[in-house]
Amino acid sequence: MSIQILSIGKAVPEQVISNHRLSTFLDTNDEWITTRTGIKSRYIATEETLVSLCEEAVMKALHQAKLASKDIDLILCSTLCGDYLLPSLSCCILERLHISCPAFDINAACSGFIYALDVADTYISTGKATNVLIVCAEMLSKLVDWKDRSTCVLFGDGAAACMITKGTALQYLKLTATGNTQALYLPFGNGNNPFKPKKETGYINMQGQEVFKFAVSMIENQTDLALQTLHMIPDDIDYYVLHQANKRIIESARNRLNQPEEKFPVNIERYGNISSVSIPILLDEMMENGRIQKGTKLLLSAFGAGFTTGTCVMIWE
Amino acid sequence: MLERIAKIFKEYKADDDLIITEDTTFSDLALDSLDTVELIMNLEDEFGVTIEMNPSIQSIKDLMTILEKTQ
Repeated sequence: MSIQILSIGKAVPEQVISNHRLSTFLDTNDEWITTRTGIKSRYIATEETLVSLCEEAVMKALHQAKLASKDIDLILCSTLCGDYLLPSLSCCILERLHISCPAFDINAACSGFIYALDVADTYISTGKATNVLIVCAEMLSKLVDWKDRSTCVLFGDGAAACMITKGTALQYLKLTATGNTQALYLPFGNGNNPFKPKKETGYINMQGQEVFKFAVSMIENQTDLALQTLHMIPDDIDYYVLHQANKRIIESARNRLNQPEEKFPVNIERYGNISSVSIPILLDEMMENGRIQKGTKLLLSAFGAGFTTGTCVMIWE
Repeated sequence: MLERIAKIFKEYKADDDLIITEDTTFSDLALDSLDTVELIMNLEDEFGVTIEMNPSIQSIKDLMTILEKTQ
């Protein structure tokens, strides 16, 4: 383990869509959405592209880190789908930054930030990179079915960029994945291939109960494993920074870990679920409001389609 | 078994006076789909079993049937 998060920048679309706004064209209402998810509003892109949000987030991260774009040795993007399927979103960011360095996207769904941290740790600890730029970016508004009230209300758009460099903050990191293509998936079509049956690209499908159960049990089990490995107890952690998928997942996990509410920061009410972007945006807000200081002990835990999971423990530098 | 199930439901709802019978349905208790998942996870802990999520589980009787099969 050889890294620290040097800085974070975030960017969200201008348009805020409230639950009330959704209720004007969907059979839903604010009370139903808030009770089941904790979400009150989300940012939805209208004029913005994903790369424009990334560029804004990257510039903030670079400025905060007092680094220039030429200092970046590697760009890792966590995204389900950039503005293009080809080239990668990482290469689109390179074009905006006018630099040249290795760049690639990874797709570990909502666990992508922790997966990217693991890759960054490997590059930095082996000396292949000094400064790694991680960009988590999602425009889930183009992947959901806006006629499906059970899913489209859940998601939002945004981007977060983190400068990662050599350090001693990361104490533990573990990734997992199990094969599950039924609980949370987005079918991809066959294009106009004349040799295959026609199959259209679909929208995000989710079995909410199965995902909820997986998420809560995973957070509990992976947290136990992390703490046991580090010879720590739940009380030793200052903040549990969980993927913001549903407030009730967070509350259920918190009850199982028997920890106070103030240790589980939440911002899902303003963003909805923005996949792998959720944890770095939450970290950015915690840095802004002073909750993260040097020495703060954080446990980050994410879960996503696949099912993938990523859990890490950091002592902030 | 009914007594152990009732204990879990009373704890979850924080209501010692809650009346739970075999015929009680989740809608009788004003439980939504996510409450159901949390209760099933608590029952898994209590009975030491794994219960597959299934939207057809809608009552105490449904739970008892599944628990009898899995134990």
